[in-house]
This record gives sequence, structure tokens and C-alpha cells, in this order.
Amino acid sequence: MDSLGVVIAFYVLSAITIVSAASIFLLRNLVHAIVLLVVVFLGMAGLFLTLSADFIAVAQILIYAGAISVLFVFAVMLTPLASRDNGNSLYAGPGLLLGGAIAAIVVVTAFDVEWNQLTGVALEQRSFTDTIEVIGNQLLGPHVLAFEVASVLLLFALLGAIVLVTDPNNEDGAAAEEEAGKDTAVGGSE
Amino acid sequence: MTDRHSELPATPMARQIIARRSLLDAAKAAPVSLKVAGSIVLLGLLLVNALIGFIVVDGQLDGEWYDFRDLGYAMERLRIELDEVNLGPWLSYWVTGLIGGLGILSFIGGFLLIGSWIERRLLARFQVRMGPNRVGPFGLLQPIADALKLMQKEVLIPMGADRLLFFLPPVLVFVPAMLAWGPIPWAPGMSYLDINVGLLFVVSITSLSVLAIWMAGWSSNNHYALLGAMRTVAMMVSYEIPISLSLIVVVLITGSLNLGEIVAWQTDHNVWLAVLLPFSLFTFFFSSTAEINRTPNDIAEAESEIVAGFHTEYSGMKAGLFLAVELGNALFVGALVATFFLGGYGLFGLEQWIPPYVILAAKASFGYFVFIWLRSTLPRFRIDQLMTFAWKYLIPLSIANVLVVAVETSIAARWEVEAIFIYGSFAVVNVILTVIAVRTWARVAGYSSSFERPEPPRVAPMIGGLKAARRIKAGA
Repeated sequence: MDSLGVVIAFYVLSAITIVSAASIFLLRNLVHAIVLLVVVFLGMAGLFLTLSADFIAVAQILIYAGAISVLFVFAVMLTPLASRDNGNSLYAGPGLLLGGAIAAIVVVTAFDVEWNQLTGVALEQRSFTDTIEVIGNQLLGPHVLAFEVASVLLLFALLGAIVLVTDPNNEDGAAAEEEAGKDTAVGGSE
Repeated sequence: MTDRHSELPATPMARQIIARRSLLDAAKAAPVSLKVAGSIVLLGLLLVNALIGFIVVDGQLDGEWYDFRDLGYAMERLRIELDEVNLGPWLSYWVTGLIGGLGILSFIGGFLLIGSWIERRLLARFQVRMGPNRVGPFGLLQPIADALKLMQKEVLIPMGADRLLFFLPPVLVFVPAMLAWGPIPWAPGMSYLDINVGLLFVVSITSLSVLAIWMAGWSSNNHYALLGAMRTVAMMVSYEIPISLSLIVVVLITGSLNLGEIVAWQTDHNVWLAVLLPFSLFTFFFSSTAEINRTPNDIAEAESEIVAGFHTEYSGMKAGLFLAVELGNALFVGALVATFFLGGYGLFGLEQWIPPYVILAAKASFGYFVFIWLRSTLPRFRIDQLMTFAWKYLIPLSIANVLVVAVETSIAARWEVEAIFIYGSFAVVNVILTVIAVRTWARVAGYSSSFERPEPPRVAPMIGGLKAARRIKAGA
């Protein structure tokens, strides 16, 4: 059975995450929205910690709070729209539909799955202390193909960023190369 | 170069301090209720100290003079005593967590008190100056005077600033700087957060400070601050990759993400990873200077280009917090370099006699000294040079480094020889490969240093006058 501290931490973290996630839609200032997005990511990392998934929690901080949010920062700062407010979206209708569909899937899954089979004795039987070792063995064992496909995808993203920013008309390679080097700094960061 | 301490108080500030009522007078004038409450608190503090001292000394340790080295054991003892009180596990968690956190905080706080004095004095020595020497003996009280001055200053909020986001960053930037100290092992079994993902934790927590810096720059409503913030963000994103690649190599060799086990591996094999992985050491150290805004790479707050970078608009103690975090981060990177590459708390068996945490602190201070050395020696990079260096030089070479070390690790796992032969040969191979790769890649990328003989200097007779020219010609 979970101890009282974990239960309190779960509710506090959930409240922080949900409130900040809702405020992202309500705030008019895009920069404030980014800051709250980081709070959401950190709250998610805390929720993973309460589930003893330390590797996932740290990866969440490293990738989402550290890198993806910086990508958003660049997106906001480098587009002229950044000076405007977080206006009404043209896609409010489809967005609401999509969000409702995802929420429905989550709710159905949550009520459909027999969560109790992974507590108590069943959990004791699969007990492992080190999540990294298990994740590493799974990634480079049964799921090695998915792992490789993901890395190839990232490589294509990197190449795509370089191709996008290279000016084909510029025959003088040095300047174009310089540009490419700078912009992959933005594009290839995730 | 002697430090003569003058009799008169040097600054108006010091004169003000001397003119104030002494602490003793203030205590005498206090009301009786305050005196009683104060003495009760004081007695309580003394009792807690006596209790901790009793637990440490009381027969559990064998009372030898060197027993103060084993702080980890004393904490363990305290934990067991607390468990016997039988109020539940929360009590020992709270007490040990509080004491450990206070230990780390007081270590960093003590360093912040003295660090800026050390830095300014050393910089002055490098530049043949005196440095701060007026406040207190040898100027030792200078950091305190600086802090008092900063606290007295008015905290300005510029017009058009985003008030909330302007208020948050000095606080937010402190959090990762403190949290990141958690997994550092100070002695065998003595680390605040002994987690299996320690290395990833350090990397991820330190990457959070970039957001606080960006918030500071954006909310200031100032062009220089925004430029500095964007430079910081671009630089940090670029230099995260070489840092991660150089640490992957460490993980490959030691086979663990736990900082304590990385140090234990180095102690077991009697080797420092700096010898095995010279290129990783260089990459990590150089990229860290970019991450924490130290001088060869401090374009985020380049004084000669963009006033003070992201904290241009901050005044008073808020600016002081940014400076303090910068100072603390320099020591932290020193501690990280010591842990990953210089054997951590181990010193080839000497850790039996010297307290291991003292060894780690000494190594971290050495790292800090190298930072000061670099600062006083090297000029600043331009931003395009920095980005090019990361993306075209460090990252390709780091990837090659990962490949080489991966091959070596698989050889070491299959080869049934004494460890010293394996790792000795790897050290030689890696040093040679590093030198060759660095030189070749620099030449390919067009960075090779030119050794053309410079033109001999000519005497310009008009500068020193005709007399001087004659004297120089005569060779006097």
C-alpha cells in the first residue's frame, strides 16, 4: 500500500500539472504560456517519480523541460507573430473534437484496464530495483528495430534542417555552410 | 607586493559600520521577554549540537582522532537512533534530509563568502596588480562589504518590464544550481541523492537554468538583455550535445550512471579517467565554460559588447544572486570534473588518512583555479566562432570518440588479461589518437595555426625621440 506522502505528492503534483495545463489555453501571452508549459513538464516528471520510474522522470526533464521548451522559445522569438497575443485559433472546432476524442480514449482505457493486477503480490514478483538496466535491455534486445528506426528518423530530421536552410542559388559554399551550421543549432537540438 | 592595512577605515561604508551601536549594547537594551526567548533558543541549539556530538563520539566510533572523516557513518548512526524512537519513517527522512541539505548549503555558502575574494585576488596576481586589500586583513572582508552594498541598493524594475517574470529568475536560477549538487559523492556512501540515474540527473537539472536566464533577458524589456539571453539559449543548446557525448563515454567505460559507482570504478582500477579519456575531459571542460558563462565563452554577458547580458537590468541583491550562482556553478563544474575524470574522493589510497570530502573539495577548488587561470589568460570568442566550434569541431570528434571507446570497451570485456595492461594500452592509444584527430580535423576545418615568422619589430624614432632611438640602436 502506498504511504501517505506519496498520495499527498500525487495530488499536489496533479493539481499543479492540470492547473498550469489549463492556464496555457487561457493565457493571452505566449511567453507566459511557455513558462507554464515547462511547469507542466516538471509536474509530469514529478508524477513519474511517484511511480518509481526514475529514468523516465529524468528523461522527461532532460528532453521536454530542457530541450523541447528551448525549441518553443526559439519558435516564439524567431517568428514575427511572437509580438502578437495568443489569439483565437481558426481551428478551435477541429481542435476541440480532437481533444475530446483523446480524452475519451484515455477515460475508456482508465476504466477498462484491470489496474489491480499490477499491485501487491503481482508487483512483488516482478520487482526490480534498477529501471535503467531493464529499459536498456529491452531497447537493445526485443525492441532494437524500433530503436534503430527512431534514430534514422532523427538523422533525417537533421538532414532536412540542413537542406531547408541551404540556399541552392548561392554557389559560394562557405557562406551557405556557415548558415547551415548555425541553423542546425536550432533545428537539430531535439 | 605587501598588503599594508591602514589604520583608518577605508570606505564610508566601513565608517558607518564602526559608528553603529555594538551588538553587546543592543543586547543589553533588549526587553526581558526577548532575552528569555533568545536564551532558550540558544540553549536548544547547544543541546542539539551536544546530542549530535554524543552520537558521533559515543563509542559507536572508536574515538580515534581521524574519526571526523567518517561523516557518512555518523549519519547512519543517527538514522538508526531515530528509527528506534519509533515515530515512523518520516522522522529519519526529515532529519537526515535536513542535515544533509544544510551541509551542502553551508559548504556552498562558505565558498560564496570567500570565492569572489579568491577570484579577484588571483586575477590581480595574474595581471600584476594588488587586488582588493583594504577591507579587513588582506581584504578578506571584501565579499561581505560587497554583499552589504548590494543589499542596500535599490531594486529597480524597468518600465515596460514583465513584472512577474522579472521577479522570478533570480530565484529560479538558484534552484538547479543547488539541486545539481545532490548526486555528488563526497565519500564512500556519502551522497545526498544516491540515485542510479545520477549522471542524467546532473545533466538534466543543469539544463533547466537556461530557461531562467531566458526569462530574465526577455522580461527586462531591454535590447542588450534580450541579446544576451538569446545568445545564452543558442549556446547552451549547442553545447549540451558535446557535454552529453563526452559523458556517454564515461558511462561506456565504467558501466554505470551512478556517480558513486563511477568514482568507485576509478578507485578500484587505480586510474583516473582523465588519462583514459583525454578528449572527453577537454570537451567537457570547454563546453562547461560555455554552459556556465566563464570567460573564454562568456559571450552571454560580454561586457564589451552587450553591457552585462541577460542581467543588465537587475540591480541590488538580484544581480548579486546571479553573480553568486555563477560563482557556485564554477565550483560545481570543478566538482563534476573531479568526480568524472579526476578520481572523485579517491587519491590512490590516501583517502584512508585524509577525509575523502576534503579531497573532493580540494579537487573542485583546483578546477575553480583553472577557471580563473583561463579567465585571466584567454580572450573571448565571437559568437559565430563559438557555434562553429561546437557544431563543426567538437561534435564530429566526440562522435568518433564514442565509437573508439565503444570498440575498446568491447575488447576489454572479451580480453582475459590483467586490467592494467588493457587500460594502459587504451590510455596510450587514446592519447595518440586524440592528438592526431585534433590536429587533422583542425587542418581540415581550416583552423590550423600558422607558424609564419612575424616581421621583426622596427624602431619608430619619433615615438621615443631621437635619443631613445640612438640608445636602442647602441644596444643599451
